[in-house]
Amino acid sequence: MGSSFLSIEKLSQRYPDGKGGEFTVFEDASFGIEKGEFVCILGHSGCGKSTIMNILAGLAEPSSGVVKMDGFAVSGPSLDRGVVFQNYSLLPWLSALKNVTFGVAARFPDWDKAKVIEHSTAFLAKVGLKGDTIHRKPSQLSGGMRQRVSIARAFANEPKLLLLDEPFGALDALTRGTIQDELIKVWSDTDQTVFMITHDIDEAILLADRILLMTNGPMARVAESVEITIPRPRNRAEIVEHPNYYAIRNHLVQFLSRGSTEVVASSEGANSPTTVRIDVESDAQAEAEPPAPRLLAVEG
Amino acid sequence: MGILSENKRAALLSVLFLLGVCLIWEFSIPAPKAAGELTEYELLTGGGQPKAGVPPPSQVIGKAWEQLSNPFYDAGPNDKGIGIQIGYSIYRVLTGYALAAVIAIPLGFLIGMSSVAYKALNPFIQVLRPISPLAWMPLALFVIQDSEASAIFVIFICSIWPMLINTAFGVAGVREDWVNVARTHELGALKTAFTVILPAAAPTIVTGMRISIGIAWLVIVAAEMLVGGTGIGYYVWNEWNNLDLTSVIFSILMIGIVGMLLDSLFGLLQRAVAYSE
Ligand SMILES: Nc1ncnc2c1ncn2[C@@H]1O[C@H](COP(=O)(O)OP(=O)(O)O)[C@@H](O)[C@H]1O
Ligand SMILES: [Mg+2]
Repeated sequence: MGSSFLSIEKLSQRYPDGKGGEFTVFEDASFGIEKGEFVCILGHSGCGKSTIMNILAGLAEPSSGVVKMDGFAVSGPSLDRGVVFQNYSLLPWLSALKNVTFGVAARFPDWDKAKVIEHSTAFLAKVGLKGDTIHRKPSQLSGGMRQRVSIARAFANEPKLLLLDEPFGALDALTRGTIQDELIKVWSDTDQTVFMITHDIDEAILLADRILLMTNGPMARVAESVEITIPRPRNRAEIVEHPNYYAIRNHLVQFLSRGSTEVVASSEGANSPTTVRIDVESDAQAEAEPPAPRLLAVEG
Repeated sequence: MGILSENKRAALLSVLFLLGVCLIWEFSIPAPKAAGELTEYELLTGGGQPKAGVPPPSQVIGKAWEQLSNPFYDAGPNDKGIGIQIGYSIYRVLTGYALAAVIAIPLGFLIGMSSVAYKALNPFIQVLRPISPLAWMPLALFVIQDSEASAIFVIFICSIWPMLINTAFGVAGVREDWVNVARTHELGALKTAFTVILPAAAPTIVTGMRISIGIAWLVIVAAEMLVGGTGIGYYVWNEWNNLDLTSVIFSILMIGIVGMLLDSLFGLLQRAVAYSE
């Protein structure tokens, strides 16, 4: 794991519990992310996903452990790590375009104004925002449009690592679907490394190369790393017909509904998540059998 | 009435109301009594003089016409046009106010950003804030030894608190998400202050500035009554001493109108910096 583009090593976070003691949100979380990978992290509310993301962003300090990007320990926020927050982190007094140019001008300080605007407009167009709309203030945009602006701002900065914290959590299902498609489109154009938090299983399967599963807190662990063995380009209507889809989905649902205790007990002492690869398609009898999850490869 | 918009109906009603009040006022003032009918008491209190009673609105309008058609005449220390007097008052208010803003806004930023600074300065603010600005006047006159500067000091001291408190409050209340946006974009402290915190806190800061200018205008009238010489406050007091009630009423109206204009100026500024989330 040490050779990954992004490696998280023995990360722990403890907070005072308000009664003089401490409670541990998660302990010794270790995992890696490769360049160009799209990784989703799934887990119940409160298990510490946002905490991990804030540490990756450099906005928070872990109680112990290190985060290394390109081999160097991360400390403090940086333009190399872009963030899309759950709640619209657009500046409400700036227009959609200005919110993006704000970021681009910070990222590329030696660009002239015209180039900054051109670059920003191009990225807004990639998420479907064109014409008059980009001159409106966030309050005059729908929730979906606002989150599109956030995504455009993050991608326009071309960070080495893009962090998304439940970016579609506040959106209705239809809008969510459209923006997921746009996110895939922008991502496949750029080969951006993405780390995204979600609690939507279908969203994770649609978007991710790999899904990290977290057990419940306190003392949460990143227990499994599930590879999404569905080829790209993926399409929301078609992936459900892929034989691996329900196998993977069932595995994820079972993990999340099983609760944490069992998993913790079964993998005591292990730091890195267990790699799970489910691929029923390569099995000749796939059509005769129900799509039961089959572990083809397990690594420590 | 269905044809007129709500604003037009309101304006029409305002005009009718004004006319109604003026008419009642005009006709409820008894005609001046003939000198022979005056009691001795009325004679002593000046009731017999034509200007001693409450003047009717027609007289006030006449006075206003006379004053406003030549607002800047200057005929010696006790006889200056209303424009000159108001000019003096506005000059004092703006000077004291600007000094207060220059100190209150940066200091408010500091207090809003640091809870240590807030805790350290809060006791002083809490003690100094409730002091009536005019209570400073004797001390100011003694220390500064100059009535002009003392009036400005009184304006300074009364306008500083709302600006200071609102700035601190606005800065402390800036959403952490926005500060995090600045942090993830590696903005320096100054850049963050000007491009994120200032616009985010601006509505609260400008509200404080608007409250301050209102208080400053209230206080300047009283302060000028005390220090004398020039200004609209002095003018009111002087006309009272002359028993010219028509001028007193006229200048009261002018104080109201100038106050309203100052306030609406800040109303415009408030609208310019407002944003909705
Ligand atoms: N600053 C903090 N102080 C104390 N407890 C915190 C703090 N931030 C988060 N927590 C706690 O840490 C746990 C994980 O929070 P979070 O990372 O937001 O969860 P998630 O994003 O997975 O829903 C929660 O129990 C939360 O109450
Ligand atoms: Mg969260």
